[in-house]
Amino acid sequence: MTAQKRLGRNVSLGAHYAVHLPAPDDFAFWRERARGLIQCDVPPDRVSWIEPGGTGDLFAAEGPSRGEKRLPAPPADAPPVRASQRFLAVARSTALHTDPARFGLLYRVLWRLQRNPRLMEDKADPEVRRIEELAKAVRRDAHKMHAFVRFREVAEEDGTPHFVAWFEPDHHIVRAEAAFFMRRFANMRWSILTPRGSVHWDGETMHEGPPARRSDAPSGDPVEDLWRSYYASIFNPARLKVGAMLSEMPKKYWKNLPEAELIPQLIAGAQAKEAQMVSSGSLDMGEKPATLAGVDKAIHTCRNCPIGELDNHAVMGEGPIGAALMIVGEQPGDQEDVAGRPFVGPAGQLLDEYLVRAGIDRSAAYVTNTVKHFKFVWKGKRRLHQSPGAKEIDTCRWWLEAEREIVKPRLVLALGASAARGLLGRTVSISKARGAPLALEDGGELWVTAHPSYLLRLDGEAHETQAALFASDLAAVKERLEELAG
Amino acid sequence: MFPKVLMVQQTLRQKLEILADAAKYDASCASSGTAKKNSLGGKGVGSTEGMGICHAYAPDGRCISLLKLLLTNHCIFDCHYCINRKSSNVARARFTPQEVVDLTLNFYRRNYIEGLFLSSGIVKSANHTMEQMVEVARILREEHDFRGYIHLKTIPEADAEIIHEAGLYADRVSINVELPTRAGLTRLAPDKNESQIEGAMGRTKARIIQAKDERKRFRHAPRFAPAGQSTQMIVGADDANDTAIIGKASRLYGSFGLRRVYYSAFSPIPDASAVLPLKRPPLLREHRLYQSDWLMRFYGFAPGEVADAAEADGNLPLDIDPKLAWALKFRANFPVDVNRAAKEQLLRVPGLGTTAVGRILAARRHRTLRLDDVARLTASIAKVRPFICALDWRPTLLTDRADLRGLLTPKQEQLELF
Repeated sequence: MTAQKRLGRNVSLGAHYAVHLPAPDDFAFWRERARGLIQCDVPPDRVSWIEPGGTGDLFAAEGPSRGEKRLPAPPADAPPVRASQRFLAVARSTALHTDPARFGLLYRVLWRLQRNPRLMEDKADPEVRRIEELAKAVRRDAHKMHAFVRFREVAEEDGTPHFVAWFEPDHHIVRAEAAFFMRRFANMRWSILTPRGSVHWDGETMHEGPPARRSDAPSGDPVEDLWRSYYASIFNPARLKVGAMLSEMPKKYWKNLPEAELIPQLIAGAQAKEAQMVSSGSLDMGEKPATLAGVDKAIHTCRNCPIGELDNHAVMGEGPIGAALMIVGEQPGDQEDVAGRPFVGPAGQLLDEYLVRAGIDRSAAYVTNTVKHFKFVWKGKRRLHQSPGAKEIDTCRWWLEAEREIVKPRLVLALGASAARGLLGRTVSISKARGAPLALEDGGELWVTAHPSYLLRLDGEAHETQAALFASDLAAVKERLEELAG
Repeated sequence: MFPKVLMVQQTLRQKLEILADAAKYDASCASSGTAKKNSLGGKGVGSTEGMGICHAYAPDGRCISLLKLLLTNHCIFDCHYCINRKSSNVARARFTPQEVVDLTLNFYRRNYIEGLFLSSGIVKSANHTMEQMVEVARILREEHDFRGYIHLKTIPEADAEIIHEAGLYADRVSINVELPTRAGLTRLAPDKNESQIEGAMGRTKARIIQAKDERKRFRHAPRFAPAGQSTQMIVGADDANDTAIIGKASRLYGSFGLRRVYYSAFSPIPDASAVLPLKRPPLLREHRLYQSDWLMRFYGFAPGEVADAAEADGNLPLDIDPKLAWALKFRANFPVDVNRAAKEQLLRVPGLGTTAVGRILAARRHRTLRLDDVARLTASIAKVRPFICALDWRPTLLTDRADLRGLLTPKQEQLELF
């Protein structure tokens, strides 16, 4: 077979062809021309692909100006041109890239595909890799367009809302991606303006327009304030990861994103904000003191909850280190605050009575409170007791735990619900929890009973019942202490 | 002692700030993997086309895909790790369902978001709260024909019927298991109950399977949570180690057909309870857990094998990724010949991802791969080299070097001021 015969009737030996594309993103046109040229067996180095305003394929053997514009007609018996689906998918994207060499590159791969139909599988081939890379860049650009187009609402003369966006894509993707926005905003009137051309959707048909300028788009939208508030609020300053943000939202996009103007101040404020979160959350209480004297000193300066700010003094627990029994009340009262010792007021005197009756030696026990400061409100000249809140109890737990770690009691007796919460970290009902031991987190043993001040507030039959329960709880504790002492 | 009640009328913007702030501790923002739909032929807006879209990124590196909100942050529960617990001192706010609907549509029309992720504190009762959340989804779907993505956090204590309704409107439903161990849950979330949570997850799984089956028979059978269900675990608030967390996650994937288990490193919250640990876990720990999750889901590792990669304390090493840790411990499995090894073996090579393995398998049909060829197919050849053989490459002693870990551990990088 002679070369002339193989090339077909209309192809002259040594001819060079120049294909002028009508638009930089016209894949269908390229496909049709490439198909014809392959059928005429025109090798890649004999074709230049020229997009509007371009100079063509720089790698072509000869300058485009000398190329023939009339393309040969394929012979009637030419075999059909074949390409794998993968090539077609990659080529559709690659064609939208701004690289001027893309059409020539695609033609070379298509040419080679005729000899090796499985060429696209060879990911180590430099040309296959190159078109895959170009396609990937285009897909990323399209994905970023889906993500970063920001519409602004303007009212048309007829009163209908019109949503207009300004976007700057890297590649020729606007026409191809218009369909995505049509499917998503089918019942909305919208326009996307870009320096590479514009698309307009009126709810029924799509129109294409010329390249636009940023000033053609509206400059703001009232909803953007709400959006910025959302952006600033959903950001967690405790997890600053600027690199991760920049890799997905590079700075080149920032100028068209209304929320991006907040980024520098959010980053600058993050460290300060986290420090504030930590301190207002009382998380940073430092090391736990290792001695009772250390705890005593620390609680006097503790201002981790508002009770510490009141006109009062911290009251430290008292009793020997290594005491088998630790008795925990709620908080110091008026008299305890003045005396600086726990359980010296009316409730303390009542407690002493019951302890004596149960045969428990108070001086051998460690007696303390859940909350170290007296919480009160002024009523005339009197300081009226206020119950501590769960939050305050949980904060003060830090000191109670420190005392417990130093004293190491074998049994802890909680008087009242506040003390039980301070030791357990959750609220329990006294009536349900009393009478049997509960396990503490570290394996310690906790008994729960009412606070003696509760008995002071009752009278009549209720008092009798509760007093009996209280006495029997103390008796059970005494029995258990003897068991533990072995 | 009582939550701060703002007596003045809050503006929409103030409510948004409070209720978005309160929602940021939910890790999930996925908007992918749901049924394909678009607004052509409808009355409203919205489309979901398989791939999720991240419309913005916050400086914490996390993607903003959905409008993530709480309907209210008032709550009758008292979970220690939660900023919205009853005993917390945070500012409170409450949206009406219509306000959430309007925000969602206004943001969606401007292409800020893919849809809505709605969660809530529990007010009055679990049922009442769940009904309000379902109402938001109903208005969006029925009154506005909204076809974007909706993720509803469901409350396990609510009636099964209301949760069922949620699944009919939502693309995804989720129930948080909160903590990896029952003991942790009892201690830190006294109002929650593991069997109740898992019971609700089991019922949701059954509904999802049933709805899929019905759609095979009847084209118009209603969809039920086509993007499946997911859950979230807090890491570092209790003392569960990585081995325990991985074990729990793999049981959850197995028992409830979950799409995702999210791990959320416990982060300091304002007004925290003193029961919580003082230090937050390193963010890297969360990352390592996600990597191990990936190893189980895409790389054929059994939970036990991932646990083998952990150090003596049951935690994964922080300085290297779990796959490299596993490879360094079980060096007898290496080097792997890239020209002959099975896919399963290649997937175990540190530095080779699923994409790179796919490329190697395709390329080796055409040529016998050299080290340079492999380098072109992977992100970093330095990490892969000690574990593979190629036509012109054999690591010889490299695989067995005692200081290999040191050679492969990424160097600490000093962050620059931004």
